[in-house]
Amino acid sequence: MSITVLMPGMQTTVQDLGRTGYQKYGVIAGGAADSYALRVANLLVGSDEGAAGLEITLSGPVLQFECEALIAVTGGDLSPSVDGVPLPMWRPVLVPEGAELRFGAAKSGCRAYLAAAGGFDVPTIMGGRGTYLRAGIGGFEGRELRTGDVLPLGEPSEAGKQLAGELSSSSGKPFASVSWHADNRYIPPGRTSLTVRAMRGPEFEKFTTGSREFGFRRPFEATPQCDRMGCRLAGSSLVLERPVDMLSEAVAPGTVQVPPDGNPILLLADRQTAGGYPRIAQVAAVDLPIAAQLRPGQRISFLEITVEEAERLYRKREDQIRMMKQFMKISPL
Amino acid sequence: MSHSEAVTSLNHIPCVAPYGECAVRVFWDAEIRPDIHRQVRALHEELERRPFPGMLECVPSYAAVTVFYDPYTVWTARKQGDFGRDFSAEDPVYRTIVSLLEKRAAALDILAVSEPAVVEIPICYGGEYGPDLEEVARHAGMTPEEVVKVHASGEYLVYMLGFAPGFPYLGGMAESIAAPRRETPRSAIPAGSVGIAGKQTGIYPLSTPGGWQLIGRTPLPLFRPTEDPPSLLRAGDIIVFRPISRDEFRRLEQSGEYAVSEGASGAEASQAEISHGEERL
Repeated sequence: MSITVLMPGMQTTVQDLGRTGYQKYGVIAGGAADSYALRVANLLVGSDEGAAGLEITLSGPVLQFECEALIAVTGGDLSPSVDGVPLPMWRPVLVPEGAELRFGAAKSGCRAYLAAAGGFDVPTIMGGRGTYLRAGIGGFEGRELRTGDVLPLGEPSEAGKQLAGELSSSSGKPFASVSWHADNRYIPPGRTSLTVRAMRGPEFEKFTTGSREFGFRRPFEATPQCDRMGCRLAGSSLVLERPVDMLSEAVAPGTVQVPPDGNPILLLADRQTAGGYPRIAQVAAVDLPIAAQLRPGQRISFLEITVEEAERLYRKREDQIRMMKQFMKISPL
Repeated sequence: MSHSEAVTSLNHIPCVAPYGECAVRVFWDAEIRPDIHRQVRALHEELERRPFPGMLECVPSYAAVTVFYDPYTVWTARKQGDFGRDFSAEDPVYRTIVSLLEKRAAALDILAVSEPAVVEIPICYGGEYGPDLEEVARHAGMTPEEVVKVHASGEYLVYMLGFAPGFPYLGGMAESIAAPRRETPRSAIPAGSVGIAGKQTGIYPLSTPGGWQLIGRTPLPLFRPTEDPPSLLRAGDIIVFRPISRDEFRRLEQSGEYAVSEGASGAEASQAEISHGEERL
């Protein structure tokens, strides 16, 4: 039960939903940058939503399955194909032993996720299985995947086995899949401009009137300095009314902080646990997946919403995920 | 009663405000002060002892505690009455959390906060482990031995951990040995390096690039990912440095011995004796 890495891609890491309870020790939360995509991928193969999967960045890997496997690819469309045939995303797919999964052109988004029934069976460290690149721990040997790595898979759940069993009856193609797919509308295909909903950040009021307006009106461009820690943006330079005496304190994913040069930084999964820059905005949790799909060169705008509205959106999203869990339980074939 | 105890027996009322829809900040005056930090610790300990339903974790810093929660779990628990009758199921979730934290912060017993652990950290100063000791001494107008004496005679309060896993933000360094950052940062500073930057001193838990003046190195690992907790230090601990020889450094490095004294033995180390600069990272 394993997958062999034939080509590693630009940056492919094992990720789950991150670590909880260790930020007070300076240990980052980490986890999938687009947690929605990973949760859905896992549910589609009958796994727990927090099972470990692969996070694939822009230029994807080539992977060989050493066993028949039930998989799902979600997130950004990086043109996945199996043995030359395009692989449908956002749905469970059964691939045979020996199948070669390859990623190609990045059509939309920045990060794709691969879940396999049973999850990637890497050791749990500090309550998580995700790769913590800077500390060199977690995931597969604490690092990005390399050619020749053999990734062990866990034992699929009963639901996963049942789904695989039903799919295996339909054959004749390089893989077997279903006709429906999960909701993926949050990644607009081919668009160069994204909009995320955001609340005012803790230091919002300390910026000049102009900066406050620009922050929520003008689009910013994602610079090449984008990684799992965060995304440096360029556009209107944001300035404070007067210098603010800031002490380092905890920061959150989706925080838009502004260093002295005025160009905001949007924080993602691998952000440091603490920061000392003024925070102009806070991206709503439901739109973090959009932010995680932002590519260098793309534009991003922040649309102001209230905390109440963000809570409503959050509840709706979690209700959707719960419905999906129910749906997968009743064996949807 | 020391000055600091007199101050810390007063309970400063913090501000409580939402930080997005998944976190709430509790914050005091933005100052680096042991008495404020004692409040931070008191609230942090209280929340760890009695987490509310849906609370994920809380992170203490210089003058704030950031509380992360899952709004969905809070919402569900509140509907079931787990938050008591004071909280309306119609309110936004953040209002429930803000008002709960306001109550908890107001009711804190500052004097009940646990005594800090005193952690002794052995350092081999100078030589290959502290290539900038001479430079720091020149800047301070002291001999290298005098710099070591000043650095090693201080008591340092761990205000928070961050920047890197296990990295302590320390207060308490004597200003007489303050030194500017190096003009050219090093591309790799070995793990365990003890440095000075401005009015601060710190220890690098991981090998990383950096511009601090390196005056020594400790063989103690600050970040231990396979242990629980994974960090040698916790916010609120007191650090003392013990100068060691190169031979002892190598012996400790090989043996993996930890010279850590926990709890009671350090209970007498009063925070009043620590002078705190206004340093920042």
